Amino acid sequence: MIDRKSIAGKYPEITQHAQLLVIGAGPVGLASAIEGARAGLQVTLVDENPTSGALMGLDVPLFYGQRMSGAVQNKDRMVEQMLIASPALEEAFELGVEVLLGTYVWGAFVNGPGVQSLPGRVVGLADEEKSWLCRFDALVLATGARDLVLSFAGIEQPGVMGANAFQALVERYNEFTGKRLVILGSGDPAVATATLALDHGLEVAALVEVRDTPQAPVDALVARGVEILTGQVILEAKTNVEGVSGAVLVDLADGTQRVIDCDTICLAIGLVPNIELADVLGCRIVPSGALGGHVPVLDASGQAVDGVFPVGDCAGLTHAGAAEGRAAAQAAARWIAGEPAIETVSVAPQGDAYAYRLDWMQALVKTGSSSVLACLCEEVTREELVGVKPPRYLGCTSNKIARRNAGTLLKDGPLNHDQFKRLTRVTMGPCQGRRCREQVALMLAIESETPVAAVPLAGYRAPVRPLPLSVLAADDETNAMAAGWDVWFGIKGQWTPYADIGTEREAQHDEDDDGDSLHL
Amino acid sequence: MTSKSGASVVIVGGGVSGLSAGWWLARSGYDVLVLDKGIVGWEASGRNGGGATHYQSPLFHEEQRLWPQMDELLGYPTEYQRQRIIVNLTEQQQKRYAKMGAITRAMGYESSELDGKQLRELVPYVGDTALGAIYFQFGGHANPQRTVQAYSWALQDHGGRVLQHAAVTGFKTAGGRVTEVLTTKGDFGLDHLVVAAGPQSGVLLRQLGVELPLTAARAEMIVTEPLPLMKHGGVDGNGLYGRQTLRGNLAYGGGPHEWLEENDGTTIARPSTPLLRNLAKRLAELFPKAAHARVIRSWSGIIENTPDGRPVIDRLNQPDNVVVCTMSGVGFGLSPATGHAIHDLVVDRKCSFADISKLSITRFKDLPADWRETMGWLPPIAEAAHG
Repeated sequence: MIDRKSIAGKYPEITQHAQLLVIGAGPVGLASAIEGARAGLQVTLVDENPTSGALMGLDVPLFYGQRMSGAVQNKDRMVEQMLIASPALEEAFELGVEVLLGTYVWGAFVNGPGVQSLPGRVVGLADEEKSWLCRFDALVLATGARDLVLSFAGIEQPGVMGANAFQALVERYNEFTGKRLVILGSGDPAVATATLALDHGLEVAALVEVRDTPQAPVDALVARGVEILTGQVILEAKTNVEGVSGAVLVDLADGTQRVIDCDTICLAIGLVPNIELADVLGCRIVPSGALGGHVPVLDASGQAVDGVFPVGDCAGLTHAGAAEGRAAAQAAARWIAGEPAIETVSVAPQGDAYAYRLDWMQALVKTGSSSVLACLCEEVTREELVGVKPPRYLGCTSNKIARRNAGTLLKDGPLNHDQFKRLTRVTMGPCQGRRCREQVALMLAIESETPVAAVPLAGYRAPVRPLPLSVLAADDETNAMAAGWDVWFGIKGQWTPYADIGTEREAQHDEDDDGDSLHL
Repeated sequence: MTSKSGASVVIVGGGVSGLSAGWWLARSGYDVLVLDKGIVGWEASGRNGGGATHYQSPLFHEEQRLWPQMDELLGYPTEYQRQRIIVNLTEQQQKRYAKMGAITRAMGYESSELDGKQLRELVPYVGDTALGAIYFQFGGHANPQRTVQAYSWALQDHGGRVLQHAAVTGFKTAGGRVTEVLTTKGDFGLDHLVVAAGPQSGVLLRQLGVELPLTAARAEMIVTEPLPLMKHGGVDGNGLYGRQTLRGNLAYGGGPHEWLEENDGTTIARPSTPLLRNLAKRLAELFPKAAHARVIRSWSGIIENTPDGRPVIDRLNQPDNVVVCTMSGVGFGLSPATGHAIHDLVVDRKCSFADISKLSITRFKDLPADWRETMGWLPPIAEAAHG
């Protein structure tokens, strides 16, 4: 007996199939796809770039800060730019890799705890018109990293952006519209950003560092005329009609302020591994200050779950490159062939990104206003976040709610990011928490005086890209799905009015329902 | 005989039913302790459509009476919004929902039928082909996540306690009564025990020699980015339940569920699946004028069901100081009334405001052992990773 209202047997057969599916056509993913093809695998390489201009405007997947030209609306042109920027794509084509550019990966699904119904091991793909599923044998995740966003007054203004977004606009698309930058941070990402900007003929006014010393060698930048401002933090972005017109800095020792003219403020404090797909796959995810944030746990062969190989920045910020990408493809090939895995020796990563980020967050909180936004989409201020205040549109100002805050929640147990999402709506907007997730966790750590790593990850959910209903809508629904669709469980008699239970009227309800529920 | 760390009433399960019961008991002056293995309202109680229109239940009148007062009674916002619309896209649906109108009208609740034009006034995202709708002047919806926290805070305001991250490991009994509940955070003496632990209730009660037949399943919902508010947010139809939130998001669920293996009492994974595409399809059909809205999340909840899909709200004979509650997948909206009923069973052994005798656990005493197989309430058989 099968419950015809259950999921059993309702998915269509998935005809698209890749022996090796590689997600992300950056240097690591490309190397992996090429290596897979050389090893004789049937390879599909998927990259969401060029993403639609609309998504870029939402700061998805990177924090573009509206500093891209109007040309990003032209997808064909952006594809051309990508091919110019990445010659290895040509090599992949020639080796017979199926390359899907401008294709979003909105989910990845394998059977595991809590789900046994999937129509195979699949990723969810979409372009601007439709969505579909593609089966894979092995999956290499090379989804890279995104920008760490810590906010200050004016964070929402055009011209405040992230280092990875800057790199993408300059290198991948050649569509960056700013001229003069102030860069926040002085570690590797900041130095790389400044160097890239200078090499492209842009001005870099200064690097701003909260700590007392630069966090990476900066002599070459100094020689090129870049000011290195240590012991300082940004207070706010000065703005005009075009967005950012300057950065107001404050000295952490004596409180003196200065303004530096610029049209772009680039956050280069750190990067965050892109773990959305690993998380929705059900991989075990752990926090790691050394690896730059939450990362999937890998076994000695580099697998997170059966046949799934995260590699590069999405597995932790270890400067992994093409060699690691190739190794992931080889490991995937062995897994597909059913050969024993080769254990790789990994060096324990060093450093603690959390300590550095915490220094920044503390400096920003100490100097900045409590009305600075902690969440841009939902416009939740820092004060509202730690006060656990209901969103303003509810107009709720009871005395009881006034007495509740992070401190009272803390009495019930450790602070949980997801609980703050529910109550304040922080991290709940269309950017899917990309711009506030880390800083909310930092603020909860500060508020509860617990290590950053102890704040539970706010879980990721599919679709991990914000795609329209009309695009996601299944156009391949089976008759079984349509015929067995019910509002609720479709349990016979569940909606029979209580008074009629056990009376002769009961049978009439069953007949009227015809097996479909009338649930509200 | 409450021990030092115990409470007069210990409630196992900080879901919406247990929290409501705790709130009712605390405001009546009882010393209440709610235990949860995780965070309050973390499971199905905080992961549902928020509907509050359950005409089939003996608790219906109390549900309808209480919801409009809940913000004030609790002192915290629930986002309760009155009234409900069900869209008719087909004539069959029109007939079906007209029947629902007749049933509720006979119970004293007003409803009217809207034609397409009237419907589009209130619900502008429906398409030009929508035939109309039934408009209930009663019922409504609330925000489950805000409501569970409201219960938790309100019961604490009345002197009750909530202990999170305390998983129950066993019970002590003496003289036909439960005397203590053992947890990962210590043992607690009690005069009365309430078990309202959702899918875990079956496993817990078995330790007391009580068989509560339950099977858990996963169901899924999707949510879009915020859209301009419609005049009326509580709109069901096209095989979906849900609402437009006061923020403007469309939050909708429906469709097939996946039955799960019987659980050992630990947290069950709640993955989402590609079913979100089928939900997106139906939502775009229900609201063609909102088909451009981006889906920004999906989520799933684990829901327990009894064999007849109806609740068990009962005080046991043996042990005789135990009240059992499972709402069989329809718990959120009824929760204000459910808590009242549980309160009454603890205090008086009898529900004061409704006859709930047909929700007794004894109706399952002759249930065959293979009832899950007979009904097909079994997990699908997955294919292996290596195809």
